[in-house]
Order: sequence, then C-alpha cells, then structure tokens
Amino acid sequence: MSESIGPMPTQPRMHRLIAEDGTLEGGIPEGLGEADLLEIHRLLHLSRAFDDQAFKLVRQGRISFYAGSRGHEGAQVGSGYALEAHDWVFPSPHRELGVHFAKGATPFEKMSHYFGRATDPTQGRQMPNHFGSRKLNIVPPSTAVGTRIPHAAGVGFAARSKGDPTVGVAYFGDGATSMGEFHIGLNFAAVFRSQTVFFCINNLWAISVPLDRQMGVPTIAERAAAYGFPGVLVDGNDPLATYEVMKTALDRARSGGGPTLIEAKVVRLCAHTSFDDESRYRDAAEAEEGERKDSLVRFRAFLEKQGLWDAAKEAELAATVRRQIDEATAEAEAAPLPAPETLHRHVFYEGPEGD
Amino acid sequence: MPKMNMVEAVHQALLEEMERDENVVCLGEDVGRAGGVFHATKGFQDRFGENRSFDTPLSELGIVAFGMGMALYGLRPVAEIQFADFIHLAYDQIYNNVAHMSYRSVGTYHCPMVIRSPHGGGVRGGLEHSQSPEAIFLNCPGIKMVIPSNPYDTKGLLKSAIRDEDPVIFFEHKGLYRAVTGEVPLDDYTIPLGEARLVKEGKDLTLVVWGAMVQLAERAVPQLEERGVDAEIIDLRTILPFDKPTLLASAEKTGRVVIVHEAPKTGGVGGELSAVLAEEAIDLLEAPVMRVCGYDTPFPYSLEGTYMPSVERLLEAVDASMAY
Repeated sequence: MSESIGPMPTQPRMHRLIAEDGTLEGGIPEGLGEADLLEIHRLLHLSRAFDDQAFKLVRQGRISFYAGSRGHEGAQVGSGYALEAHDWVFPSPHRELGVHFAKGATPFEKMSHYFGRATDPTQGRQMPNHFGSRKLNIVPPSTAVGTRIPHAAGVGFAARSKGDPTVGVAYFGDGATSMGEFHIGLNFAAVFRSQTVFFCINNLWAISVPLDRQMGVPTIAERAAAYGFPGVLVDGNDPLATYEVMKTALDRARSGGGPTLIEAKVVRLCAHTSFDDESRYRDAAEAEEGERKDSLVRFRAFLEKQGLWDAAKEAELAATVRRQIDEATAEAEAAPLPAPETLHRHVFYEGPEGD
Repeated sequence: MPKMNMVEAVHQALLEEMERDENVVCLGEDVGRAGGVFHATKGFQDRFGENRSFDTPLSELGIVAFGMGMALYGLRPVAEIQFADFIHLAYDQIYNNVAHMSYRSVGTYHCPMVIRSPHGGGVRGGLEHSQSPEAIFLNCPGIKMVIPSNPYDTKGLLKSAIRDEDPVIFFEHKGLYRAVTGEVPLDDYTIPLGEARLVKEGKDLTLVVWGAMVQLAERAVPQLEERGVDAEIIDLRTILPFDKPTLLASAEKTGRVVIVHEAPKTGGVGGELSAVLAEEAIDLLEAPVMRVCGYDTPFPYSLEGTYMPSVERLLEAVDASMAY
C-alpha cells in the first residue's frame, strides 16, 4: 500500500490479566469476590465435562450432532458471567455452551435439548446446539451464521427507547464477520447508539477456512473503527480479562455510551462439529499449542497461586460435575419426545408455552 | 365521511395506530424526515419524535432484521421496504428468522411486526420497480400476507396487521396509491385478516383477484354482461392464509373459476388456488380453472402494457371457460 494513503489503523492491544502459567498480571476485576472466582472455575469445569459427554453421546449414536466448545470456555464463561439476568443473548448456533451455563441453564435443560426431548426449553424444535430459553433471555438462533447480529442491535435500540437497562448481546465466530449481517448490524447499532455488545469468539477457523480467507486485516477488533465505536481484543483463554472487557462494554452500553465490538481469541481444541475431520486441513501442532493455553489449566493454576484451590478440591469438583452430567444425561434420555400432535402448534402465535 | 386515496388510507391507519399504542414504530429508508417516498409516514417524525418514525441506513436486510429485534423486545415495528422488488434482499431474515421464530421457540418469542411495501406494475418501473413477489412468501409457514385493493380495506386491514401477533407482509399496489379514491371512516374499524371480500355477486363464473386486478375485473363487467356472463368477483385481500371457504363456496356456485394476477404464471399464487380447487372441488367444476397472469419473463419496461393482464386477456379466458 502506498504510504501517501496514510497508515493502517493501529492494532488493538491484547487484554490479559492472567499469564499462561496462572500468574496474575493485572488486578482482579472490581466486583469479583472469592465466591465469584470459584463459580467461574465451576462453570469452566461444567462446560468441559458437558462437552466431553456430548461427544461421547454422538459416538454412541444417542444424540445426532454436536458442535464442541472445547477451547472456547474461557471466553464463554468469562463474558457470560458479566451478563445480568435481564440482558438478552443471541448465541451462535454452534457454541456458547459456557454462556448458557453462566446465564443459568441447567445440565438437564441442555441435555434435554441435545436429546430433542419435550423437556428442552424449546421442546425439541431445534437441532442440537440451537439452544434457547425465554426465562434466561437466550434467543434460539437460526442456523446461517451471523444472521442474528442485527437482532441484537434492534433489541438494544428497543431497550434504549423504553428506558430499560437491558443490553442486547450478539455472539458469533470469526466466519460470521464475513456476512453482510455483521456489517449491517454494527452499522445500525452505531447509527442508533444501541445498547448492544458484539462478542466475537475468534477460534481462527470457519470449519476448514482460516482467518486470512475471511478478511484482509489482522484482527477483527480493529474493524470496529469503521463503525465509530471501540473494538477490544482480549485473550479468550483468560476468563478474568474476558469478564472485565465484557463488563466494561455492558456498562458502557447501559449508560448510553453505545456499542462495543469485542474479539476474544481462543484456540479450537476440537473439530468444528462431530461431523468434521479436522486432520484434513489443520496442523495438529496448533491444537497441541492450544492445550498449553487452555483456560481450564490456566484458571486452576491462577486459583492455586491465589491460595484458593488445591488438588483435592479439583478432584471433588470434577466428581461433582461428572455426577451432575451423568444424572442429567439419564434424566433427559428418559424424558419423553414431544407429542406428535404438537407438530402443528405455534406456527402462528398462540401465547407462550415451554419454560 | 372523508374521501381518501390508498396512500392516504395507509397514512391514516398508521397515524391512528401510533396514537393508540406507543409501541408502534415506523422505520425504513426515507421514512423519517421525508415522510416516505410515497408520503405514507408524512409528518410522523414531527408528531411522534425520532424514536417513533425514523430513517435507517440504506439496507433492506437491516430494516427487517433490526425491526425483528425491536419486535422481539416488545415494540410493534412497521418496517417499510421502499419497493417490493427489494424485499428479496431481506429474504433470509423474513423466511428463516422472522417467520420461524414463534415455531422454533414454541411461542416463547414472537415477532409482531408489519413489513409494508409498495408493489405492482403499470407505473413505468421496469424490472425492479414493478414486481408482485407474493408467491415467494406463499411457501413460508409463519407469515401472513395482505394485499388490499381499495382505501377502505387498506385502513381496516393495516390496523389489523399492526395489532396481529404474527408477522404480516402488507403489499400496497403503488399504481393504486393515487388512482383509487373512496370513503374512509375516521372511526376505529378493523377488517379481519383471512377473509375475502365479495365484490360482486354472480352465478356464471368466479373471478378471483387481488390488488389492482380487482379494478381490472370491475372494468371488465360491462363486456362480460354483453356476453351474457354474470360474473362473481372475489377480492382475496389476505393471500396468506387465504379464505378457502369463500373460494370453494363460490366455485361450487358458479362451477367456473378464472384467477387473475400480475406476477408470473409459473409458481404464482394462482397455481396454489388452482390446486386447492382441483383437490377439493373438482367434481363441482364445469371447466378447468383458468389463469390470467404476468408472463414468465422478468417485468419489462417498454412492453409493460403487453405484460400486464388486460381486460382483453381476461375476456379470452372467460370465453374459453364458458365455451368448455
């Protein structure tokens, strides 16, 4: 590029509070006490254990499909923990497992969803990973990536016009940033100063297509400059840093400051979905490198360095979570399928049903 | 009782609904400051403020998707797509998002929104200012669709659409906007969605029409009478869900049906109506169902008079039906 056109936009700095070895580099975010830290740790474990179980269930032919969250939990749980109950989440149709748990979804509700049972909050209407719940303000997604991004802008506008503190939050991956809806959603939110946060979990891959095939700039966060609001880059394997940038963005939106784009960088520690063979396109070294950055390893080391955790507590937590997931699996699998006569219900509005 | 043209009736319906319910919000391109390219929202921004009637960035997809977010949160957006030919840009949002939300969420989320859009040919608009795209939404469960033909119905149907809990696509024929005038009461009346209107009773043959084709059918009446054909004219008004009982009852009465629409024949709404008649009333029919439609071409500019259904083409179809 000719220098006469001017410099490229400055790349944002990567926010990080916990080093890979668990050393606290910054301060613990304001408002987070010891109980919060332990709860974040529990949610990380719950997500990982659920993920492991779901892949097993696919291999056993007991559920039809699963898109894993392994490697994404730090970004999901950290950001999800900053949400208020009244905030609206538009999840991607692939992941956001840790966001669902942070929002209050139970393992039974989630398992009911994967088994397509009547006890799923949306009663088996959606294929696996398209989870939603009215009581949790999680809007069940359609499948094409990124298509809910402008909905979050619309919710953020409606909340602002009604004087509500609610923030509309769109979660999506790096591939979704190539969709027209990404540009349109961010642009509308900017023009209307919507109470909206755009949260991109960048795992560097859209199935088999790497990030440099999605865009010509190094980071997603810097694209916010084109819309006139902040773009923030955060280490998605650091739940505390992710919490902090999300909390700041939510506060900013609530106080009329307008939208924020957050890019949380993670490493995908699984194939795209249970149908994907990533050995065809991805160097195994990337995932091995990613395992060293894993949020679960890092956060455990952080808690131990803080004197809040030890091996015995870790084993106890793992056993508790394992039992909860096993119970949820058994209960959900035993739950009934939706009755055939419900097929025709709710094509048009009939009033609420479900959770 | 005041007389209004079609676009004044649209304006009146919107005005009354915005006064009745503060959640009703108008959005779209040129909707705010300019009051709409056809003046449907004229004066609303001054009267109701910038949060109630506003211009959006230029994106049909964005208007529908942003409006959907507003509807999910409890507003009642009336989103204007400036020309129906541009509604294709928002198709995924309408089909996979707006229309499916109630079903995918077992009714826990829903989208009470209206997507208004001027449609129709005969206005020298060429390929992309003339289309009647109602057929592409016919196969979309979860959507309702209305096409009024006169000012009185326009006001009553638009008010029903705004109050409806489901998403409603509301096509307004731009050729009728200032061409058709009629009495429109200022009181708060509504017309239920899903009910056709009997325009003219007859015993020999049924003309099924909507939008500007209602006027076309009415213009043909003197020549039909000259031929000794006492035609019944049914204005469908709601295309989805359409009024099947009225359609079948009229077919039973006359035994002959001619359907007239502007959109291309293949895959048009007329095909679905014909199929229903074939499935449920074949024993009652004296002749095959005839269709008078736009041709299976894109909408032409200079030759639009040739493309559009005409009284002559309508009469040819009627003659063929009567002679069968």
